Amino acid sequence: MATRGFFGLRRPEPPREIPPGQYFETGFPTLTAGPTPRVDTDTWSFSITRAKSPLATWTWDQMMELPQEKITVDLHCVTKWSKLDSEWKGISFDTLLEAVGEVTEEYVMIGSYGGYTTNLPLDDVTDGKAWLAFEFEGEPLERNHGGPARFLVPHLYLWKSAKWVNSIELMDQDAPGFWEASGYHMRGDPWREERYWGD
Amino acid sequence: MQHRVLWQKAIVEEIIDETPRTKSFRLRIDDRPPFRSGQHYDVRLTAPDGYQAQRSYSIASAPESEGVIDLTIEIIESGEVSPFFHQVVKVGDEIKMRGPIGGPFTWTSDTGGPLLLLAGGSGVVPLMSMLRHRSAAGSSVRTALIYSARTTVDVIYRDELGNFESEDTEVRSTITLTREDDAGWTGERGRVSTRLIDDALAFLKTTNAKVFVCGPDGFVEAAAELALAAGVPFQSIKTERFGPSGT
Ligand SMILES: Cc1cc2nc3c(=O)[nH]c(=O)nc-3n(C[C@H](O)[C@H](O)[C@H](O)COP(=O)(O)OP(=O)(O)OC[C@H]3O[C@@H](n4cnc5c(N)ncnc54)[C@H](O)[C@@H]3O)c2cc1C
Repeated sequence: MATRGFFGLRRPEPPREIPPGQYFETGFPTLTAGPTPRVDTDTWSFSITRAKSPLATWTWDQMMELPQEKITVDLHCVTKWSKLDSEWKGISFDTLLEAVGEVTEEYVMIGSYGGYTTNLPLDDVTDGKAWLAFEFEGEPLERNHGGPARFLVPHLYLWKSAKWVNSIELMDQDAPGFWEASGYHMRGDPWREERYWGD
Repeated sequence: MQHRVLWQKAIVEEIIDETPRTKSFRLRIDDRPPFRSGQHYDVRLTAPDGYQAQRSYSIASAPESEGVIDLTIEIIESGEVSPFFHQVVKVGDEIKMRGPIGGPFTWTSDTGGPLLLLAGGSGVVPLMSMLRHRSAAGSSVRTALIYSARTTVDVIYRDELGNFESEDTEVRSTITLTREDDAGWTGERGRVSTRLIDDALAFLKTTNAKVFVCGPDGFVEAAAELALAAGVPFQSIKTERFGPSGT
C-alpha cells in the first residue's frame, strides 16, 4: 500500500536497474564498525589458512608479483546505496587459491586487520567472482575504503567485501562473521534483498 | 537466536519540533519487539506507482518506553526521505518500518562502562537512547558525552541533556559549537579535540572506556582517531556513520 503523500524524488535516475530497496549514489560513502586501522605495506601479510594454520602466506611485494586484473563492477551497500561502474585493480581469488592445492571446504571466513570477519560460501568467491583489490579508480586504495587492500565480492552486499583484509580461513561448515552474528544475512545477495536474518 | 526482521506498520503518534532542522517522530508499533540502545529501524516509503525508498534511522528513545519508538530526523533539503518526514508526515499517518537492526553499536546497562559518547550533529540520536536507557534503568555507570553541533539552536535534546547532568554527578555532558557567533555562548567552541577527549577520560578516570562515536563520516573518522590517540583500545571503540556532509 502506498505511503500517504509520498511520490519519491527518484533522482538521480540510475542508468540501469539496481537491486530492490537501493538508491543510486554517485559518491562513495564509507561504513565501518570501528576506527580505521593503520596498515603498513612493509609489515602487511596475507594468508590462506586451514584450521587457523597458514597454507600460503604473501608479503606485499610477493602479492604484487601475481597477475593483476582490471575490473569494473557495481557496489551495493546494505545501508541502501548502490554505486555503479566503479573501477578496481586486484588479484583474482582464483589466482590465490592456486597456491594451496586441493580445496575440499565449502565455506570461507575472511579476516581483517582490526578483527573484522565475514563468511562466504566458496562458490561465491571462485570462478572470477572475488578479488583482493588495492587500486580504486586508478589510485592506491584509500585507508578509509580498506587500503592498502580489501576483499571485493561485488555480487553480494558490500559488507562481504572486507576492508583491510589479511586472511582467508577455509571452513567445512558455515559460521557467522561480524555482522552475520548480529542479524545480517549469511549470504547477502542484493538482488534477492537478503539484508537480514530470514530475508 | 535467529529471528526474522519483518515489515510492520507504525502509526505516527506525535511529532516534536526539536530544532529548526530536526523533528522527532513518536511511532506506535503493535507488539513492538525489544531493542537495545544504538539499534536502528529501516523505514520504507511507497509511491502510488510502487516506487519505494528505504532509509535507516536510529532509535532515540529508551528500550523501556513500551509500544513506541522515537526517531529524530534531520532534514537534508536535497534529500528524498528526510524532507518527506519534515514536510508531509502528519500525526495519524502510517509508515512501514522494520527493526530493530544492528549489533555491535549497542549498549545495555548490564554491560557496564564507563561510557564515552562522541556525537556529531544528528549522530547524538542513538547516544541519546543510551543516556535515556541509562537513566530509566537506574544505572550508575559513569558517562561522558561530547556533542559537537553547529550553533546553539542546533543542539538537539538540550534541556534533557542538561537535566541528566544536573541530576546525576556520574554524568558529564559537554557541548561544543563549531559555528556559533554569539558571544553569549560560554561553553566549548570548535571541533572535538584532544583536550576535550582527555578531559572526558579524566572524568571517567580511565582510558579503558566503552566508546561510541556517531555522526557524519568525517566526524566519526576524526573523533575515533582522537580517542585511539588518547589511549582507548581499538576494540573498545564502536562507530556508526550516518552519511556524508558534516558539522
Ligand atoms: C545506521 C544509520 C542510522 C541513521 N540514523 C539517522 C538518524 O537517527 N537521524 C537522521 O537524521 N539520519 C540518520 N541516518 C541518515 C539517514 O538514513 C539518511 O541518509 C538521511 O536522512 C538522508 O536521507 P534523504 O533521503 O533525505 O537524502 P538522500 O536522498 O538519500 O540524499 C540526498 C543527498 O544528501 C546526501 N546525504 C545522504 N545522507 C546524508 C546525511 N546524513 N547528511 C548529509 N547529506 C547526506 C546524499 O549523498 C545525497 O547527495 C542514518 C543512517 C544510517 C546508515
